[in-house]
Amino acid sequence: MAQVSALSTPHSAPAPVAIPLRDLLPWAVFGLLLVLVAVYFVGAEQGATSLVSGHWVHEVTHDGRHILGFPCH
Amino acid sequence: MTARTLLVRGMLVGVVAGLLAVAFSSLFGEPQINNAIAYEAAHTPPGDHEHELVSRTLQATVGLAVAVLVYGAALGGVFGLAFAFAYGRLGRLGARPTALLVAAVGFVAVYAAPFVKYPASPPAVGNPDTIGRRTALYFLMIVVSVAVAIVATLVGRSLNRRLDTWTASLVAVAVFVAVVALAGLVLPAVDEVPGDFSATLLWRFRLASLGTQLVLWTTFGLLFGALTERSLRRQADKTPQAAAVG
Repeated sequence: MAQVSALSTPHSAPAPVAIPLRDLLPWAVFGLLLVLVAVYFVGAEQGATSLVSGHWVHEVTHDGRHILGFPCH
Repeated sequence: MTARTLLVRGMLVGVVAGLLAVAFSSLFGEPQINNAIAYEAAHTPPGDHEHELVSRTLQATVGLAVAVLVYGAALGGVFGLAFAFAYGRLGRLGARPTALLVAAVGFVAVYAAPFVKYPASPPAVGNPDTIGRRTALYFLMIVVSVAVAIVATLVGRSLNRRLDTWTASLVAVAVFVAVVALAGLVLPAVDEVPGDFSATLLWRFRLASLGTQLVLWTTFGLLFGALTERSLRRQADKTPQAAAVG
Protein backbone atom coordinates (compact mmCIF):
# COMPACT_ATOMS: atom_id res chain seq x y z
CA MET A 1 0.00 0.00 0.00
CA ALA A 2 2.76 2.36 0.97
CA GLN A 3 4.59 1.81 -2.27
CA VAL A 4 1.79 3.19 -4.42
CA SER A 5 3.67 5.80 -6.37
CA ALA A 6 2.32 9.25 -6.94
CA LEU A 7 4.75 11.55 -8.65
CA SER A 8 5.57 14.43 -6.38
CA THR A 9 6.31 17.85 -7.71
CA PRO A 10 9.82 18.98 -6.85
CA HIS A 11 8.82 22.02 -4.81
CA SER A 12 6.15 20.62 -2.51
CA ALA A 13 5.99 17.91 0.11
CA PRO A 14 4.64 14.63 -1.31
CA ALA A 15 0.85 14.32 -1.14
CA PRO A 16 -0.53 11.74 1.29
CA VAL A 17 -1.74 8.58 -0.46
CA ALA A 18 -5.19 7.33 0.53
CA ILE A 19 -5.86 3.63 1.22
CA PRO A 20 -8.44 2.33 -1.30
CA LEU A 21 -11.93 1.97 0.21
CA ARG A 22 -12.27 -1.69 -0.80
CA ASP A 23 -9.18 -2.52 1.30
CA LEU A 24 -10.68 -0.71 4.30
CA LEU A 25 -14.22 -2.00 4.25
CA PRO A 26 -13.76 -5.51 5.73
CA TRP A 27 -11.63 -4.11 8.58
CA ALA A 28 -14.12 -1.34 9.22
CA VAL A 29 -17.10 -3.72 9.40
CA PHE A 30 -15.28 -6.18 11.67
CA GLY A 31 -13.84 -3.41 13.85
CA LEU A 32 -17.23 -1.77 14.23
CA LEU A 33 -18.88 -5.03 15.30
CA LEU A 34 -16.16 -5.66 17.91
CA VAL A 35 -16.52 -2.13 19.24
CA LEU A 36 -20.28 -2.51 19.60
CA VAL A 37 -19.76 -5.64 21.71
CA ALA A 38 -16.99 -4.07 23.83
CA VAL A 39 -18.87 -0.83 24.44
CA TYR A 40 -22.03 -2.77 25.24
CA PHE A 41 -20.27 -4.78 27.95
CA VAL A 42 -18.51 -1.78 29.44
CA GLY A 43 -21.50 0.53 29.14
CA ALA A 44 -24.75 -1.38 29.44
CA GLU A 45 -24.55 -5.12 30.28
CA GLN A 46 -26.50 -5.99 33.46
CA GLY A 47 -27.86 -2.48 33.54
CA ALA A 48 -30.64 -1.93 31.02
CA THR A 49 -30.33 -5.43 29.57
CA SER A 50 -28.58 -8.57 30.77
CA LEU A 51 -27.03 -11.36 28.67
CA VAL A 52 -24.88 -12.86 31.44
CA SER A 53 -26.74 -13.74 34.63
CA GLY A 54 -25.79 -12.08 37.91
CA HIS A 55 -24.42 -8.61 38.57
CA TRP A 56 -20.67 -8.98 38.43
CA VAL A 57 -20.15 -7.34 35.01
CA HIS A 58 -22.09 -4.32 36.24
CA GLU A 59 -20.28 -4.31 39.59
CA VAL A 60 -16.78 -4.56 38.09
CA THR A 61 -17.33 -1.90 35.42
CA HIS A 62 -19.37 0.29 37.79
CA ASP A 63 -16.94 3.20 38.32
CA GLY A 64 -15.71 3.25 34.74
CA ARG A 65 -19.30 3.22 33.51
CA HIS A 66 -20.12 6.36 35.52
CA ILE A 67 -16.89 8.17 34.59
CA LEU A 68 -17.12 7.38 30.87
CA GLY A 69 -20.61 8.87 30.79
CA PHE A 70 -22.92 5.82 30.58
CA PRO A 71 -26.16 5.76 32.56
CA CYS A 72 -25.93 3.50 35.61
CA HIS A 73 -28.43 2.33 38.26
CA MET B 1 0.56 1.67 5.36
CA THR B 2 -2.32 -0.79 5.53
CA ALA B 3 -5.64 -0.91 7.37
CA ARG B 4 -4.19 -3.75 9.45
CA THR B 5 -1.23 -1.65 10.67
CA LEU B 6 -3.49 1.29 11.50
CA LEU B 7 -6.02 -0.87 13.37
CA VAL B 8 -3.29 -2.50 15.48
CA ARG B 9 -1.63 0.87 16.12
CA GLY B 10 -4.99 2.38 17.07
CA MET B 11 -5.70 -0.36 19.61
CA LEU B 12 -2.23 -0.08 21.16
CA VAL B 13 -2.50 3.71 21.34
CA GLY B 14 -5.95 3.11 22.85
CA VAL B 15 -4.43 1.04 25.65
CA VAL B 16 -1.85 3.76 26.41
CA ALA B 17 -4.61 6.40 26.31
CA GLY B 18 -6.68 4.15 28.60
CA LEU B 19 -3.82 3.96 31.14
CA LEU B 20 -3.55 7.77 31.20
CA ALA B 21 -7.34 8.06 31.52
CA VAL B 22 -7.35 5.55 34.41
CA ALA B 23 -4.73 7.68 36.20
CA PHE B 24 -6.75 10.85 35.56
CA SER B 25 -10.05 9.37 36.67
CA SER B 26 -8.65 7.77 39.85
CA LEU B 27 -7.21 11.16 40.73
CA PHE B 28 -10.23 13.35 39.88
CA GLY B 29 -13.22 11.05 39.42
CA GLU B 30 -12.94 8.54 42.27
CA PRO B 31 -13.16 11.12 45.11
CA GLN B 32 -16.46 12.35 43.61
CA ILE B 33 -17.80 8.81 43.15
CA ASN B 34 -16.97 8.10 46.80
CA ASN B 35 -18.75 11.29 47.92
CA ALA B 36 -21.80 10.33 45.86
CA ILE B 37 -21.83 6.82 47.35
CA ALA B 38 -21.60 8.36 50.84
CA TYR B 39 -24.67 10.50 49.99
CA GLU B 40 -26.45 7.40 48.65
CA ALA B 41 -25.67 5.41 51.81
CA ALA B 42 -26.91 8.24 54.03
CA HIS B 43 -30.22 8.25 52.14
CA THR B 44 -30.82 4.49 52.09
CA PRO B 45 -33.01 3.21 54.95
CA PRO B 46 -31.02 0.96 57.33
CA GLY B 47 -31.30 -2.72 56.46
CA ASP B 48 -31.97 -1.81 52.83
CA HIS B 49 -28.29 -1.87 51.85
CA GLU B 50 -27.41 -4.14 48.98
CA HIS B 51 -24.99 -6.98 49.58
CA GLU B 52 -21.62 -6.01 48.10
CA LEU B 53 -20.72 -8.40 45.28
CA VAL B 54 -17.49 -6.60 44.43
CA SER B 55 -15.73 -4.50 47.10
CA ARG B 56 -15.46 -0.72 46.64
CA THR B 57 -11.66 -0.99 46.60
CA LEU B 58 -11.82 -3.49 43.73
CA GLN B 59 -14.36 -1.36 41.85
CA ALA B 60 -12.25 1.78 42.19
CA THR B 61 -8.99 0.13 41.05
CA VAL B 62 -9.18 -3.07 38.97
CA GLY B 63 -12.78 -2.48 37.89
CA LEU B 64 -12.13 1.09 36.79
CA ALA B 65 -8.99 0.01 34.93
CA VAL B 66 -10.72 -2.91 33.14
CA ALA B 67 -13.63 -0.76 31.98
CA VAL B 68 -11.52 2.20 30.82
CA LEU B 69 -8.86 0.01 29.13
CA VAL B 70 -11.44 -2.04 27.20
CA TYR B 71 -13.18 1.19 26.16
CA GLY B 72 -9.85 2.79 25.21
CA ALA B 73 -8.66 -0.18 23.14
CA ALA B 74 -12.03 -0.51 21.36
CA LEU B 75 -12.38 3.17 20.50
CA GLY B 76 -8.65 3.38 19.71
CA GLY B 77 -9.13 0.64 17.10
CA VAL B 78 -12.07 2.46 15.53
CA PHE B 79 -10.05 5.66 15.67
CA GLY B 80 -7.27 3.92 13.69
CA LEU B 81 -9.81 2.85 11.06
CA ALA B 82 -11.36 6.32 10.91
CA PHE B 83 -7.85 7.69 10.37
CA ALA B 84 -7.34 5.13 7.58
CA PHE B 85 -10.44 6.53 5.87
CA ALA B 86 -9.47 10.18 6.40
CA TYR B 87 -5.75 10.06 5.57
CA GLY B 88 -5.08 11.11 1.98
CA ARG B 89 -8.69 12.24 1.55
CA LEU B 90 -8.31 15.62 3.25
CA GLY B 91 -6.30 17.43 0.61
CA ARG B 92 -2.63 17.58 1.51
CA LEU B 93 -3.18 17.28 5.26
CA GLY B 94 -0.35 15.18 6.75
CA ALA B 95 -0.53 12.31 9.25
CA ARG B 96 -0.28 14.36 12.46
CA PRO B 97 -2.91 17.02 11.69
CA THR B 98 -5.20 14.35 10.19
CA ALA B 99 -4.95 12.30 13.40
CA LEU B 100 -5.67 15.33 15.58
CA LEU B 101 -8.64 16.35 13.42
CA VAL B 102 -10.12 12.83 13.50
CA ALA B 103 -9.65 12.78 17.29
CA ALA B 104 -11.37 16.16 17.70
CA VAL B 105 -14.33 15.08 15.56
CA GLY B 106 -14.47 11.74 17.42
CA PHE B 107 -14.44 13.40 20.84
CA VAL B 108 -17.27 15.75 19.89
CA ALA B 109 -19.39 13.13 18.07
CA VAL B 110 -18.92 10.17 20.44
CA TYR B 111 -18.85 11.99 23.78
CA ALA B 112 -19.21 15.78 23.93
CA ALA B 113 -22.40 16.24 21.88
CA PRO B 114 -24.30 13.39 23.65
CA PHE B 115 -22.94 14.78 26.96
CA VAL B 116 -24.62 18.13 26.30
CA LYS B 117 -28.02 16.39 26.19
CA TYR B 118 -27.43 13.51 28.62
CA PRO B 119 -24.47 14.43 30.86
CA ALA B 120 -22.58 11.82 32.88
CA SER B 121 -23.97 11.32 36.38
CA PRO B 122 -22.43 10.00 39.59
CA PRO B 123 -23.96 7.20 41.69
CA ALA B 124 -27.15 8.27 43.55
CA VAL B 125 -28.19 10.42 40.57
CA GLY B 126 -30.63 8.46 38.45
CA ASN B 127 -33.64 6.33 39.31
CA PRO B 128 -32.90 2.57 38.98
CA ASP B 129 -36.36 2.07 37.48
CA THR B 130 -35.58 4.26 34.46
CA ILE B 131 -32.21 2.68 33.60
CA GLY B 132 -33.62 1.03 30.45
CA ARG B 133 -35.06 4.25 29.09
CA ARG B 134 -31.99 6.32 30.01
CA THR B 135 -29.60 3.82 28.43
CA ALA B 136 -31.66 3.63 25.22
CA LEU B 137 -31.83 7.44 24.96
CA TYR B 138 -28.10 7.84 25.61
CA PHE B 139 -27.10 5.27 22.98
CA LEU B 140 -29.59 6.77 20.54
CA MET B 141 -28.00 10.19 21.06
CA ILE B 142 -24.53 8.72 20.37
CA VAL B 143 -25.76 6.99 17.18
CA VAL B 144 -27.44 10.18 15.93
CA SER B 145 -24.40 12.33 16.74
CA VAL B 146 -21.90 9.95 15.07
CA ALA B 147 -24.12 9.45 12.01
CA VAL B 148 -24.63 13.21 11.58
CA ALA B 149 -20.87 13.80 11.97
CA ILE B 150 -20.18 11.32 9.14
CA VAL B 151 -22.88 12.85 6.90
CA ALA B 152 -21.67 16.39 7.65
CA THR B 153 -18.10 15.38 6.74
CA LEU B 154 -19.29 13.96 3.40
CA VAL B 155 -21.35 17.11 2.75
CA GLY B 156 -18.29 19.26 3.48
CA ARG B 157 -16.13 17.19 1.14
CA SER B 158 -18.56 17.42 -1.73
CA LEU B 159 -19.05 21.18 -1.19
CA ASN B 160 -15.27 21.59 -1.33
CA ARG B 161 -15.49 21.12 -5.11
CA ARG B 162 -17.34 24.45 -5.40
CA LEU B 163 -16.43 26.30 -2.19
CA ASP B 164 -13.02 26.82 -0.64
CA THR B 165 -11.95 24.46 2.16
CA TRP B 166 -12.60 26.96 4.97
CA THR B 167 -16.17 27.73 3.89
CA ALA B 168 -16.97 24.07 3.13
CA SER B 169 -15.71 23.09 6.63
CA LEU B 170 -17.83 25.79 8.25
CA VAL B 171 -20.92 24.55 6.41
CA ALA B 172 -20.15 20.97 7.57
CA VAL B 173 -19.84 22.13 11.20
CA ALA B 174 -23.07 24.14 10.88
CA VAL B 175 -24.92 21.08 9.51
CA PHE B 176 -23.65 18.99 12.45
CA VAL B 177 -24.58 21.57 15.09
CA ALA B 178 -28.03 22.21 13.60
CA VAL B 179 -29.09 18.57 13.20
CA VAL B 180 -27.70 17.43 16.59
CA ALA B 181 -29.31 20.42 18.33
CA LEU B 182 -32.61 19.50 16.67
CA ALA B 183 -32.26 15.90 17.90
CA GLY B 184 -31.52 17.25 21.38
CA LEU B 185 -34.68 19.36 21.27
CA VAL B 186 -36.87 16.47 20.08
CA LEU B 187 -35.57 13.78 22.49
CA PRO B 188 -37.06 13.79 26.02
CA ALA B 189 -35.12 15.34 28.91
CA VAL B 190 -33.71 13.24 31.77
CA ASP B 191 -33.52 15.07 35.10
CA GLU B 192 -33.25 12.74 38.07
CA VAL B 193 -30.91 14.70 40.37
CA PRO B 194 -32.22 14.49 43.96
CA GLY B 195 -33.21 17.92 45.32
CA ASP B 196 -30.62 17.98 48.09
CA PHE B 197 -27.76 16.54 46.02
CA SER B 198 -24.63 18.72 46.17
CA ALA B 199 -24.36 20.90 43.06
CA THR B 200 -20.60 21.17 43.59
CA LEU B 201 -20.24 17.39 43.68
CA LEU B 202 -22.30 17.01 40.50
CA TRP B 203 -20.26 19.69 38.71
CA ARG B 204 -16.93 18.17 39.81
CA PHE B 205 -18.00 14.69 38.75
CA ARG B 206 -19.07 15.90 35.31
CA LEU B 207 -15.80 17.83 34.88
CA ALA B 208 -13.88 14.67 35.84
CA SER B 209 -15.88 12.68 33.27
CA LEU B 210 -15.22 15.30 30.58
CA GLY B 211 -11.54 15.37 31.52
CA THR B 212 -11.23 11.58 31.36
CA GLN B 213 -12.64 11.52 27.82
CA LEU B 214 -10.47 14.48 26.82
CA VAL B 215 -7.36 12.62 28.02
CA LEU B 216 -8.39 9.58 25.94
CA TRP B 217 -9.05 11.45 22.69
CA THR B 218 -6.09 13.83 23.01
CA THR B 219 -3.80 10.82 23.40
CA PHE B 220 -5.43 9.13 20.39
CA GLY B 221 -4.80 12.23 18.27
CA LEU B 222 -1.29 13.14 19.36
CA LEU B 223 0.31 9.73 19.96
CA PHE B 224 -1.24 8.03 16.91
CA GLY B 225 -0.25 10.98 14.72
CA ALA B 226 3.34 10.97 16.00
CA LEU B 227 3.75 7.20 15.54
CA THR B 228 2.25 7.24 12.03
CA GLU B 229 4.40 10.19 10.98
CA ARG B 230 7.49 8.36 12.22
CA SER B 231 6.67 5.14 10.37
CA LEU B 232 5.91 7.07 7.15
CA ARG B 233 9.27 8.84 7.43
CA ARG B 234 11.06 5.53 7.87
CA GLN B 235 9.35 4.04 4.82
CA ALA B 236 10.20 7.12 2.77
CA ASP B 237 13.85 6.87 3.86
CA LYS B 238 14.01 3.23 2.83
CA THR B 239 12.54 3.86 -0.62
CA PRO B 240 13.65 7.35 -1.63
CA GLN B 241 12.20 7.02 -5.13
CA ALA B 242 8.70 6.37 -3.76
CA ALA B 243 8.79 9.49 -1.61
CA ALA B 244 5.04 9.93 -2.01
CA VAL B 245 4.38 8.08 1.23
CA GLY B 246 5.46 11.05 3.38
